[in-house]
Amino acid sequence: MLTKTIRATLIASAIFATGFAQAASVKIGFITTLTTPAAVIGEDMKNSVELAMEHIGGKMGNLDVELIMEDDGFKPDVGKQKTDKLVKQDDVDFVVGYIWSHVLLASAKSVLDADKFLISANAGPSQMAGERCHKNFFSTSWQNDQTPMALGEHLNQKGVKSIYVMAPNYAAGKDMVRGVESTFKGKILGKDMTKWGADAQLDFSAELAKAKASGAEGIFVFYPGKAGGAFIKQYQQAGLQGQMDLYSVFTVDSIALPKLQAAGLSGVLGSRNTQEWSPDILNAANQRFVGDYLKKYGKYPSFYGAQSYDAIMLIKSAVEKVGGNLKDKDALRAALKAADFDSVRGRYSYGNNHMPIQNFYLREVVADDQGRWTTKIVSTVLTNHQDPYASQCKM
Amino acid sequence: MDWNLLITQLLNGLQLGLLLFLLASGLTLIFGIMDFINLSHGSFYMIGAYFCGTVVAKTGSFLLGILLGLVGVFVVGALVEWFIARKLYRADHLDHVLVTFGLILIFDTLVHIIWGASGMAIPLPDSLNGQVSIGSLVLPSYRLLIIGCGLLVAGLLYVLVVRTRLGMLIRAGASNRTMVEALGVNINRLFLIVFALGATMAGFAGMLIAPITEASIGMGNDIIIIAFVVVIVGGIGSVKGAFYAAMILGLIDTLSRSYLDLLLNLVMPVTYAETAAPALSAMLVYILMAAVLAFRPQGLFPPAGVK
Amino acid sequence: MGMVPRSVSAWCYAALLAVLALAPFLFEWMEQPFYLDLLSRGLILAIAVISLNLILGYGGMVSLGHAAYIGIGAYCVGIPAYYDLYNGWLHLALALGVSGLFALVTGAVSLRTKGVYFIMITMAFSQMVYFIFLSLEEYGADDGLVIYARSEFPEWMSMDGATSLYYWIFILMLLSLFLINRLVHARFGRVIVGSKFNEPRMQALGFDTYRYRLACYVISAMLCSLAGMLLGNFAGFISPDMISWARSGELIFMVIIGGVASIFGPLIGTLAFVVLEEGLSAITVYWHLIFGIMLVALVLFGKGGIHGWLSMLDRKRVEHD
Repeated sequence: MLTKTIRATLIASAIFATGFAQAASVKIGFITTLTTPAAVIGEDMKNSVELAMEHIGGKMGNLDVELIMEDDGFKPDVGKQKTDKLVKQDDVDFVVGYIWSHVLLASAKSVLDADKFLISANAGPSQMAGERCHKNFFSTSWQNDQTPMALGEHLNQKGVKSIYVMAPNYAAGKDMVRGVESTFKGKILGKDMTKWGADAQLDFSAELAKAKASGAEGIFVFYPGKAGGAFIKQYQQAGLQGQMDLYSVFTVDSIALPKLQAAGLSGVLGSRNTQEWSPDILNAANQRFVGDYLKKYGKYPSFYGAQSYDAIMLIKSAVEKVGGNLKDKDALRAALKAADFDSVRGRYSYGNNHMPIQNFYLREVVADDQGRWTTKIVSTVLTNHQDPYASQCKM
Repeated sequence: MDWNLLITQLLNGLQLGLLLFLLASGLTLIFGIMDFINLSHGSFYMIGAYFCGTVVAKTGSFLLGILLGLVGVFVVGALVEWFIARKLYRADHLDHVLVTFGLILIFDTLVHIIWGASGMAIPLPDSLNGQVSIGSLVLPSYRLLIIGCGLLVAGLLYVLVVRTRLGMLIRAGASNRTMVEALGVNINRLFLIVFALGATMAGFAGMLIAPITEASIGMGNDIIIIAFVVVIVGGIGSVKGAFYAAMILGLIDTLSRSYLDLLLNLVMPVTYAETAAPALSAMLVYILMAAVLAFRPQGLFPPAGVK
Repeated sequence: MGMVPRSVSAWCYAALLAVLALAPFLFEWMEQPFYLDLLSRGLILAIAVISLNLILGYGGMVSLGHAAYIGIGAYCVGIPAYYDLYNGWLHLALALGVSGLFALVTGAVSLRTKGVYFIMITMAFSQMVYFIFLSLEEYGADDGLVIYARSEFPEWMSMDGATSLYYWIFILMLLSLFLINRLVHARFGRVIVGSKFNEPRMQALGFDTYRYRLACYVISAMLCSLAGMLLGNFAGFISPDMISWARSGELIFMVIIGGVASIFGPLIGTLAFVVLEEGLSAITVYWHLIFGIMLVALVLFGKGGIHGWLSMLDRKRVEHD
């Protein structure tokens, strides 16, 4: 009798600590970065997920959605720890999010071993697309190599003969460099991989001096988050503008643009980058997402947000397709793979490795009708493009 | 050999060295005179940048941002001395490490709460955004300004330490603290001034670098470790030592970042060299410190009278 | 560690050990498998903190680089695993051997210095280790390494499964407590503690204090690498981040929260730290603020850490009697 009471109390207190477990609900754990300067990306994703929750009224089919946000602190080991918590303590059905490739790589095993679904809303390391692909892993973003591949293709079309390459030294940085190298037909006159992580290098003086001395026609960079703004500033201060054209991926986005505008760095207007999404893509889903985001938060969403919004919508489509029966993993997996939902980038399909097969666009930085800086699509560079690692995936 | 590149890199090294000196000079005095290890010295660097950025955003004047920012950091430094550091001068070094680590967490989170996570870009006046040409050499004018300001402050500090009564007390304090106390000097006031002045110089360094890298949470936490290396290599309590050590470390860091990967390329594949070079160049700094500690623990340029 | 607890603090520690011994069953019964994860992590760190307390608490050698040995231990699992070598004895031997050798060399240099210089030189050496692992492209560099399987040991002492790994950790933690208790109460410990307070006196008594301190440093490092070896197995993921100076700083805090130079202090300090970190971060993303204020308050007002408070209870009781 006594032990029963104690046990009931302990369980009750445990439930109290973890949030009351409801029977009829979809549990989604969302991992992103909410501390350190990289939190600026995390907040964009969080905003978009919350907007998605509003748009679906907190329900998928007749199930309530329970959302649990966790902060990876920009550190792979913390990300893994939080993933373990979501899987073991909260017992979520889907683990979603992950900005950073190295955090995703560290955390994937915990989710997949527990037979839960893992949906990356940003990171697309080559390993997860190739040899470490998994039946329960899906992406609503891209494989890292693809966006720079599109950029390399654009450079060829434009007739650029030589470039200098700079990127942070971590999993995604290496993939990005490989991507542009694989399609660009000109010469790469030099390459610098700089320190990344919470203590990332932000003063690029030595590297920019080398780039300038190399005499390359253009400079290719990948500096996501706050490093992007810092890089562009220094690029301009070093007087490289007009001498060495700037080509970037994941660097000039809705995260960096408001700050660049506040600092008056008008040199970035007209610069070009490649991406699978842009705020001006014309479809009903995107117009609703961008319009409501602008209304609610007073600024443009970034591609990180768009992909996070898509992740929630993808899950919704799958949950509804299986009639809310989350126990039937095979049916749920098939429903996810069908990607039968209105993505804000327009419809896409999944390849064998569960990476999207999609278009990549060339975007230009422009001022909108209210003078806010944003990006506008110029042309389509790659159509229905599949990542180069799909063939290494035995699935 | 590309001489223009070499000169540019030497100037970049000089710039980094001067920033390190601004941080390390305060650190070394606080360390030498009060025997206080202040890990949170880097927080003043961050706070300076945010104060300056806020004023610039409100008024549009970079100069006003610097001036008001300096006053703000001086006040914050004085408050930290008054309420926390003062109580711990006689405590164990362990307590210093603990408290100042706590302060880092507090300052970082407060900045996150007040200014948000996104960091703050600080616009420069157009006159500073351009480049200066010297012969075939083209340099960003703002970086030259940093070098100029750094040298100016170093000069002022030299005058202060060598030519004034305050400086005399500071020097005496670094060499022999008990002696100064015995002379009946108001030691509390001296400590307060030294602490706040050190904080102000760190804040100034933050203001100088922020227009280049943006102000961001935790921006001081890495550079502070290098600043500690500068203090140790130069000799604890020695401003002159901090100056030379900062120059040496600034040049080592910049030059190895620019040339080490080329050297490593000779012995290993490019991809490996690209990863190894930045790590090895960062390591050189610590190898230097360990060597100094092992063979000349008082530092390369210790204050007079310290053996 | 007498057989029958004689004071409030001793009763508390005995109760704690009993709870720890039964934890897997307790958590299973509560249907909270994640708590076992949390406790496993806590006890692994406790081993590292116990090892740090030997040099820091008893020996007065404040090392701001102890996380390097956690890193070395973990990479001694990760790098062989990268080549599909999962033999546990190999991992164990490598961890102890490499860390012992590294501690012997760097300790021999570091111990020529004292006080704040010792803090800085240990930090310098750990930063070197950090940057070495950071430079190894083959082993993931900044991205770290995923370890896909645990170290292999004979069937009866296998690490597979959360409960078996937990008992590995728990037993090694107990052994560490026992080892430290024996060491500090032996002549070795008296020399170490003696040279913390008055080294010339110990030398005058004919002890080669440098050698004693070096031996102490090496033992501490090897014990810490054991924690690293367990952490590699537990987390299944290792990265240079484990070695950063901030992590070494955290180890120091755990010693201080628990109480310096006490046998059980490190264990309690670590558990308190882990629970606080987990609990506070669940409340708000701004939890570092609360944590920072607690650290400052601990130093300004809370002398002696948790062990000190418990001992105060002991004294009060004695006064009552």
